[in-house]
Amino acid sequence: MKPISRRKLITTGLAATAGVAGLAAADRLAQRYGLIPPDHGGLFGAGETLTYAAQRLLTAHSLAREFPRSMISKAPFANETAPPSDEFKRHQAAGFADWRLAVDGMVAHPLSLSLADLRSLPHRNQITEVVCEEGWSYIAEWIGTPLSEVLKEAGVLPQARYIVYFSIQKEWWESIDMADALHPQTFLTLGMNDGDLPVGFGGPLRLRVPRQLGYKSVKYIVRLTATDSMKDFGKGLGSASPEGGYAWYAGI
Amino acid sequence: MAISDPKPESPRHAAFVRVTHWLTFFSFVALLVTGAEIVISHPRFYWGETGNVNTRPLFTLHIPSSRGTVPTGYGYVMPDQNGWSRYLHFETAWALVVTGLAYGIAGLWTGHFRKNLVPERGNRSWRAHWQRIARYLRRRPPDAAETRSYNVLQRTTYLVVIFALFPLVIWTGLALSPSFNSAFPAAVDVLGGRQSARTLHFLVSCILVLFLVVHVVMIAFSGFWNRMRAMITGRVVLPEERS
Repeated sequence: MKPISRRKLITTGLAATAGVAGLAAADRLAQRYGLIPPDHGGLFGAGETLTYAAQRLLTAHSLAREFPRSMISKAPFANETAPPSDEFKRHQAAGFADWRLAVDGMVAHPLSLSLADLRSLPHRNQITEVVCEEGWSYIAEWIGTPLSEVLKEAGVLPQARYIVYFSIQKEWWESIDMADALHPQTFLTLGMNDGDLPVGFGGPLRLRVPRQLGYKSVKYIVRLTATDSMKDFGKGLGSASPEGGYAWYAGI
Repeated sequence: MAISDPKPESPRHAAFVRVTHWLTFFSFVALLVTGAEIVISHPRFYWGETGNVNTRPLFTLHIPSSRGTVPTGYGYVMPDQNGWSRYLHFETAWALVVTGLAYGIAGLWTGHFRKNLVPERGNRSWRAHWQRIARYLRRRPPDAAETRSYNVLQRTTYLVVIFALFPLVIWTGLALSPSFNSAFPAAVDVLGGRQSARTLHFLVSCILVLFLVVHVVMIAFSGFWNRMRAMITGRVVLPEERS
């Protein structure tokens, strides 16, 4: 083997130093611009971070595809959920008259909203596709209040980085970053296809996040929390999904 | 070193080809296994924008599913492996894309595509391809020139795999990302919709598996270990060196 020349040694050394410095700078920038997902650790962390960072740079403000009314699915599929809790059954028996949505955490004015309160906020509708990680999909019209309207009402603080949302069903919770939380198509959904949102599809209240897979659109929402860190929620991975082995960011 | 014919000393495959070949191989195997696991959760395929168990499928794989909601005719549900399969599928997709970019840049830089993959002048005809097929069918051993370089059939096949099938499988895969689609809706619209993209992603993967099988069979015919050594160390035993 030839001895390594001085020039080669110096260029290799410089390249290695530049590489390490580059990685450190990239990490600082990624932290600052929120390009690192809460489930960035472990075997799959590198791929997940690349995906999330690429999507945040590419798609922070893009709109999910909307469809003409003629494309609304005749037979949408309500995926199965865990058996409803007794608490849910009581609400259902009462026609969801006492259903409330709590808004807390990093907000100036914590709220407790009834469905009627939500209906009095500005309303939008969108015809978008529900896409399941299993591979199936359907298109429906969704009617609701943009999440951003509720966050504006509560006065979400500028340091908030995530909105965590909880179902009435135990152990069913998710979170999204502010790019998705303030996105105009992220709805607190109350209606579907010109009627009330059916229970099978998440009624009375479902958070629809149309730029991510269906499992981010949690059904039966009762609480929203604004936070600057996911550390204190569950195992700190961002939501129940990574705890069950599924990616936190489901925009793919 | 003073050798009149430097050819036998020069490697059969350049180092960048060998490294990217094996990175692609391992990524592809991981994508294949995890892709199969994802398919098991819904082994039905549709055409158009939407499709679910309430929709008539284009075709169905007659295998059990990992979800109880899919009617398969089997009385049991397979274990759900979608979580890690999806994480690994997208991680190795990144590995494949980065490897492919490195290979593409190095291939252009070194003239690899022009020198080794584009069929030589005078060989760019159906006749030349057919003659090489006939030679395979007659089970004639490759000559020395072929041991050093690719024959016309290999060149055309590799060009199709590298510049048509892999880009197509990456495109149809990206077209399944709801977030990517929001920024580039045409990526899915021109394929005929989301479910069409999913079906195409599956079919292109099947063609790539077919390529892999034929590729390995051909290597077995032309001397498995010699070819493996050529793709690992770059060195090859030429026919005249064999005793």
